[in-house]
Amino acid sequence: MNQYLFLYRGAERPTSPQDIQDIMQKWMNWLEDLGKKGHLKDRGQPLEPIGKVVTGKQKTVTDGPFAEAKDLVGGFSIIEAEDLAHAAELSKGCPVFERNGYVEVRPIMTM
Amino acid sequence: MEPLDPLFRRESGRMTAVLTRIFGVHNLALAEDVVQDAFCRALEVWPFRGMPDDPSAWLMATAKNRALDVLRRERTARTFAPELGRRLDSEWTLVPSVEEQFASPAIKDDLLRMMFSCCQPRLGEEAQVALVLNILCGFSVDEVAGAFVATHAAIEKRITRAKKVLAGSKYLFDVTHDGEFSARLPVVHRALYLLFNEGYHGASAESAVRAELCREAMRLAAMLHEHPLGATPASHALSALMCLHAARLPARIDASGDLHSLFDQDRSRWDGHLIAEGQRLLDLSAVGPDLTEYHLEAAIAWVHATASTAEETNWDRIVALYDLLLAIRPSPVVALNRAIAVAQRDGPEVGLREIHGIADAERLDGYPFYPAALGELELRSGRSALAREHFQAALALARNPMERRFLEQRLAACPYNKPR
Repeated sequence: MNQYLFLYRGAERPTSPQDIQDIMQKWMNWLEDLGKKGHLKDRGQPLEPIGKVVTGKQKTVTDGPFAEAKDLVGGFSIIEAEDLAHAAELSKGCPVFERNGYVEVRPIMTM
Repeated sequence: MEPLDPLFRRESGRMTAVLTRIFGVHNLALAEDVVQDAFCRALEVWPFRGMPDDPSAWLMATAKNRALDVLRRERTARTFAPELGRRLDSEWTLVPSVEEQFASPAIKDDLLRMMFSCCQPRLGEEAQVALVLNILCGFSVDEVAGAFVATHAAIEKRITRAKKVLAGSKYLFDVTHDGEFSARLPVVHRALYLLFNEGYHGASAESAVRAELCREAMRLAAMLHEHPLGATPASHALSALMCLHAARLPARIDASGDLHSLFDQDRSRWDGHLIAEGQRLLDLSAVGPDLTEYHLEAAIAWVHATASTAEETNWDRIVALYDLLLAIRPSPVVALNRAIAVAQRDGPEVGLREIHGIADAERLDGYPFYPAALGELELRSGRSALAREHFQAALALARNPMERRFLEQRLAACPYNKPR
């Protein structure tokens, strides 16, 4: 098994309490299911939507966001899969897609 | 997470009520934004960290912290609750005041305040109910539209306008003012009654939606009668009638979504716990001189709930209760139900005479169960062809597939060309 980083990006905020309930339920079910099948190495962490960027030799500090709202990383998890194609397949159940978000799947280097 | 626990809807009403109390009713929109922020925060955090042990407390604490941020950031630019006055201005009193508002007895008061504030007589009953559903029950505009079988645009307009009226009132309703409280209480009762009725008899085709409306109405009515200020005989009677009607729901609509009239319900499926609770509340309602329509409707429902079959029902007593109800709240629907009870007691011919004698019967023109009742009694009198005509008229008025199926079955029960 290889490890992959899932970056959850750019999901829109739901508006009604029932929508939130439904999406929460889907997240819980999806991660639980990945865990049961032995694919969830680490549930990961959520990220605050703020930050700072330090750039250049001058080490200039600027306030975030450093990505468009549609690309902002909301959180990450570490997944175990056979290969990259399998990892991408596993990401398809993620509820982030229902709110126009996307998952970036990145292999974690093994050596 | 328990899939059926409506956590966010329930907390939405509680959080909005508390935050509106702190920010002031003119800042209702701000309160709603803070609730939304807290919910989105939960959605960002819980998938990774897991559900907190006490999700309600987590949401409340998050809302409280956001509220403190907002108050600190904007206290020079905005005015907040006039009721809490200067206590929000100084850092010394800010945190204890906000903490106090988030304590559980204060939340109960806030919910009551919000319930009474939503039931502004200026708004009209439909707008009151829509507002209660939206603010206290956490229903989205689409969900309210689904409940009323109305368009998104119409409901959005209704809710936006109602919120403007609510936010335009200077203060939340003062529940400690005796005179105003007892004047507003019947308006609140009526709104909750309509909410329950929309679920029980309403036009929505989705039985899940309807059960939900009944449940929400019962939850709010319980909130009212469990509060020391709201525990009046009429509040108990209202809750009693909801319990006694809801007890019949499992038999009224069966597993395949078919509607059954009171006469052919499987009474073993009635909910005994709800009947017992209804009876307990009915006993509590029987104090003081007030006899409201809710007392009478609850009493009628109780007679039905305790009869083992339709035939063994004490129809004499039911007719007498309907007579009293007609005197308090005359309505053609009540008169129709009374006539059906008379038919049970004195036979279909007498019942038909009663139906034809209903004043304002034209107000029943769009109501499918008016021609259906005529059809039923004509059928029992052996005039099958006439009965068929009435059922066909009823069928044309059916508001959803469930009513249509029910009326088709009644139509099919009319035999051809053989007067009995």
